[in-house]
Amino acid sequence: MSATAAAAHPAWLRRASTFLYCRPTFYVLLLLIPPLLWLGTVYIGSLFALLANSFYAIDEFTARIVYEPTLATFRQVITQPAHLDIIQRTLLMAVAVTIACAGIALPIAIYMARYASSRMKALFYVGITLPMWMSYLVKVYAWRLILAKQGILSWLLESIGFDRVLDAVLQLPGVGGPSLASSYLGMFVVFVYMWLPYMILPLAAALERVPESLLQASADLGARPRQTFWHVTLPLAVPGLAAGSIFTFSLTLGDYIIPSVVGAPGYFIGMMVYQQQGTAGNLPLAAAFSVVPIVLIMIYLSLAKRAGAFDAL
Amino acid sequence: MTTAIEFRDVTKCYGNVRAVDGVRLQIEAGEFFAMLGPSGSGKTTCLRLIAGFEAPDSGQILLDDNAVTALPPYERDVNTVFQDYALFPHMTVLENVAYGLRVRKVSRAEQQRRALEMLALVKLDAMAPRRPHQLSGGQRQRVSLARALINQPRVLLLDEPLGALDLKLREEMQIELKNLQRRLGITFVFVTHDQGEALSMADRIAVFDRGRIEQLDTPRGLYTRPNTAFVAKFVGGANVIEGALAQRLAGGASHDAPAFAVRAENILLGDVRNSAATDVMRCEGTIVDVQYHGAASRYQVRLSSGELLTAAAPDSIHQAHWRVDSAVSLSWSRDAVMPLQAAAASNST
Amino acid sequence: MRFERRPSTDGNGQPVRSSNAAARPSLFIRVAAFAGLAFMHLPVLVIVLYAFTTDDRTYAFPPPGLTLHWFDVAFARSDIWAAMRLSLRVAALATLCSIILGSLTALAMSRSRFRAKESITFLLILPLALPGIVTGIALLTAIKFASIDPGFWTIVAGHTTFCIVIVYNNVVARLRRLPPSWIEASMDLGADGWQTFRYIVLPQMATALLAGGMLAFALSFDEIIVTLFTAGHERTLPIWFFNELFRPRDRPVTNVVAVVVMVVTFIPILLAYSLTRSADERN
Ligand SMILES: Nc1ncnc2c1ncn2[C@@H]1O[C@H](COP(=O)(O)OP(=O)(O)O)[C@@H](O)[C@H]1O
Ligand SMILES: [Mg+2]
Repeated sequence: MSATAAAAHPAWLRRASTFLYCRPTFYVLLLLIPPLLWLGTVYIGSLFALLANSFYAIDEFTARIVYEPTLATFRQVITQPAHLDIIQRTLLMAVAVTIACAGIALPIAIYMARYASSRMKALFYVGITLPMWMSYLVKVYAWRLILAKQGILSWLLESIGFDRVLDAVLQLPGVGGPSLASSYLGMFVVFVYMWLPYMILPLAAALERVPESLLQASADLGARPRQTFWHVTLPLAVPGLAAGSIFTFSLTLGDYIIPSVVGAPGYFIGMMVYQQQGTAGNLPLAAAFSVVPIVLIMIYLSLAKRAGAFDAL
Repeated sequence: MTTAIEFRDVTKCYGNVRAVDGVRLQIEAGEFFAMLGPSGSGKTTCLRLIAGFEAPDSGQILLDDNAVTALPPYERDVNTVFQDYALFPHMTVLENVAYGLRVRKVSRAEQQRRALEMLALVKLDAMAPRRPHQLSGGQRQRVSLARALINQPRVLLLDEPLGALDLKLREEMQIELKNLQRRLGITFVFVTHDQGEALSMADRIAVFDRGRIEQLDTPRGLYTRPNTAFVAKFVGGANVIEGALAQRLAGGASHDAPAFAVRAENILLGDVRNSAATDVMRCEGTIVDVQYHGAASRYQVRLSSGELLTAAAPDSIHQAHWRVDSAVSLSWSRDAVMPLQAAAASNST
Repeated sequence: MRFERRPSTDGNGQPVRSSNAAARPSLFIRVAAFAGLAFMHLPVLVIVLYAFTTDDRTYAFPPPGLTLHWFDVAFARSDIWAAMRLSLRVAALATLCSIILGSLTALAMSRSRFRAKESITFLLILPLALPGIVTGIALLTAIKFASIDPGFWTIVAGHTTFCIVIVYNNVVARLRRLPPSWIEASMDLGADGWQTFRYIVLPQMATALLAGGMLAFALSFDEIIVTLFTAGHERTLPIWFFNELFRPRDRPVTNVVAVVVMVVTFIPILLAYSLTRSADERN
């Protein structure tokens, strides 16, 4: 062991160590050069290429990109009613999914942070992280099986006699569709399922940092559990909620697989981007469209930052 | 005697905090040296400068008369016992102690032998195969001592090593450390905020305040001849008397405003009527608080001129005399007066 | 997201007592919590069940019968094997790159303080905060702009970009919990920078690094959103799967592939979890 240590530790290594030890700034720079070079060129470079493309436009006759800066493509995005429709629809879905995730996540997070024994907490922790990391496509596919016309959900509702209710709900304009697997309602359920863990985990972490004594103090001062929840627990959970909502909001905004697989007829921003660059071959329009979620998320991030989301990330 | 450590006008700032402010200092080889001071006075920073974890902003540090200011910690013949022990959790006790030899490419058999020897020295050889988290606080402390001593450093640095131990263990370790130092002849630099600990263990003590050394002396010198009001108060909690009262008591003998200190145990309490001898200083006041300490009681006395003095008296049958609100006279012999540097005294209030 | 958790301790380093024996959760909380947990696992059960169904045309429930036949069919398909091999190669390489780049970043960011730190953190989380489609279309425009032939290397490049932050998050969380005094103690005892890294820092961060690598692998193995933009004519397993979703030709085979993908991603995730957990317990 020591012999190999001696062989593996030549004098130049010690000299190099001392050289770097005496120049901490240079050392940090040396460590950061490879990752920054990578992210700086590959990622930031790509983002700039994207931004540049959104200022080009496509020639309507030749279907070729005209490499001259113009705002025409952006104008197209924010003036055509069909496009505005897409943006509105996506935004509505993102907000609805975020609210639903928060509502479902709260009791789970409260249970995890406040009441679960350490073993139960570990169970919940694994039980939530595992599905979170599980293959995205497989989960979407599973939901297609569940929501299918003869699938497990219709079977379940039928066997408890609720199939009429389902039919009635699917008749509703705006949320319904021919079947759950091709309705906004179905899509909403899938979105909520997919992003729920991203809400639960920061929320539970935020609640766990709330000292127990605060709740005891509230109870001691005469607050009923419900009052304690509204006046103490919920305000303290806001940073966690904000952090989780960044994920649910952003992920819904940019997704294009779920709307295409669990498909309702209306388009979403992500689908539009995917389609424009692919079959339509209109890269500038796709680029300009992808700027929309970036802008929306930047706005959302600045709101979330005010709610203390970055401390709870 | 040779100089083991020397500070030449060393200054170290963190932002705009001067943690160490122009310190000049010489520590002799083989000495048990204590750095004493309240929390935040710059003791730890001094230690870290010696060890090489920090570099001074200005000034020089010498070990054995060689400038080491630019050397990294691993090139300095100095080892440290950390306040939190800093034992490596992924190594056994034996591996922890042998670490210093391992990185010096000593053969494995030799590592083992000497590490066990060191563990025997701190009476922990039975714990060799354990992990640090399986030890008690006192045992961890001794392991970190053994680990720091295995390279036979010229200087051992200890940063409040006994701070986390309970009183009884702390007293045992004080004796053990002192014996160890005598036996090994290594220079110990010992940081503490506990004046009792410093007085009982050290050969010399540097008292720190706000990054500066207020006084450097032997324990007895420090206790009997404090230079400044700060030292007088911090070491042994003496009464500092200055300003008009000092002028009046000294009888206007000196021109500039005198300041001096008197220890509580040198103050005699007496009835107001008692007459006075000539070689004593005397004043009168009212007892405002009595603290019972077993062997002695401490009396807080408010003088008629407003100052607060503390007197300590052995518990005796007279004790019943002096209660809160009793009027008393205070007196002390002129031998008990410890003159202070006026300048330092004035800025300490 | 990361497995590495913040230590839940109070100011004195004592673990915060989180379960309150005195307070019982209300019935609503308990039911909602367990129902939520069950909801998370519903798709897993469905996927496993459907892989064995004898029904080969519809998604009917309950399945008319159970069979292992479709596993045989799936394992005999060379296109699936090719897609699987490609996905494994991509994931392995992307993991390797992100382990190197992610841990370098974590080592630089864990202790030192410098002015650009905030911007670098922002740069690191950007690929996670922006939706995958932005990363995808951005990489595609860059690929077209630089007239690169999209293929294996562009897929790896795309995956590495968002896997770096996974590794980084795991490693930096561990490094931040490493008391500075351990590194100082090591150097104090005569170990130089390299030896300190080799004997103290590396053993301490190894499990976090491995866990981060496992997660990066799992993420890369089933990534679809970015991959669709960067793959060119290459077909990773998720792309094969994606095409099958839109033009279902072999429904039963798709079911089997779903289970296989699930298992292949589960293994590294479970390993990552147990690695982080054992490290948590040791400290
Ligand atoms: N790493 C640091 N960063 C900023 N300030 C520090 C640092 N270390 C110490 N200080 C400041 O320097 C002063 C001296 O600290 P220290 O040497 O630890 O004092 P002591 O050990 O006597 O309690 C204090 O005011 C402390 O706040
Ligand atoms: Mg200190």
